Amino acid sequence: MSETSYTYSFDARKARTEFFRLMPISLFVLAFGAAFGLAAIQEGLSPLQAILMSTTVFAGASQFAAVDIWGAEVSVLPLIAVVFAINSRHLLMGASLYPMLKTVPPGQRYAMLLVLTDANWAVSAQEYQAGRHNLEVIVGGGLVLWLAWIAGTALGVYFGGLLQNPKTLGLDMVLGCFLLAMALGGKKTPRVLMAWLVAGAASLAAWRWLPPNMHVVAGAIAGGLVGLFWLEPEVRARTAGEGTDDH
Amino acid sequence: MTIETSTLGVLALIAIMAVVTLITRFGGVFVMSFIRINARTESFINTMASSVLIAIIVPMAVSGDAGALAALVATAAAMLAIRKPLPAIAIGLMAAASVRYLV
Repeated sequence: MSETSYTYSFDARKARTEFFRLMPISLFVLAFGAAFGLAAIQEGLSPLQAILMSTTVFAGASQFAAVDIWGAEVSVLPLIAVVFAINSRHLLMGASLYPMLKTVPPGQRYAMLLVLTDANWAVSAQEYQAGRHNLEVIVGGGLVLWLAWIAGTALGVYFGGLLQNPKTLGLDMVLGCFLLAMALGGKKTPRVLMAWLVAGAASLAAWRWLPPNMHVVAGAIAGGLVGLFWLEPEVRARTAGEGTDDH
Repeated sequence: MTIETSTLGVLALIAIMAVVTLITRFGGVFVMSFIRINARTESFINTMASSVLIAIIVPMAVSGDAGALAALVATAAAMLAIRKPLPAIAIGLMAAASVRYLV
């Protein structure tokens, strides 16, 4: 934590490009948001409350789960547990961006994380694997995804009745397909494939036998352990050469 | 402890959800700022990053209907063949829609 050199030069123009680059995927987020808006209204939230929730929480799966346990009264601890469990993947996503985020001042660093979500993180993490540093997609992409989520929620609460079942169009699979495309677009070394195998198996086991919503974290940490013990050859050579390596 | 879903109660519940979610967005980075990053920890977080994706997708494929499975298989095949995410996703969605229309 001794690094005080904030070397990342943030390019606002590139952030604007990333805003438009993630616009196609945000159209799907719009549809998903509309489905949430409709569900929220049906569970008894007012339109403004649903829109406020989407604006301040901005985490779709956890919002669906929350309105699912909505009633005349809501138990606070189960609500916290469910929201934390579903969103705990953010902890790992943020941690994985740390090598880049440590090169921007803390104020900007945490401001960027306000709009961290699956899609913009997936793009940034994949580019990082390929050696490109792209925090602009977190900001620009996150902004367009956030706006789409809010606008979609608003559409859903006011015009949700007009929405035909999005499942028949396959729209419920947008995020799954997007994340899969991101994974397969990255490096596929034997080490990565082994990590995927372990992650998939651990996630499946956790999904089957652990309490709900823990499978993402369980799978991701299991996959990470493969990386902890199996270094890329060039990295191993570098570590051996330098002894202690703190860059 | 329960909160009534009165106007103020709902605002409190939304505030709780927002704070919990914010903790998850900030927490990983905050903890990392106390950890020495060496080649091994960097290897861990890089492998973990792509494992997050797999850990989300695998139970989705196993628990989903035939349409969900078709979407993921079609996206994977298209991605490996043409290496362009957006067309691959579109092909995946079309696969889901057609399977659900037929089944």
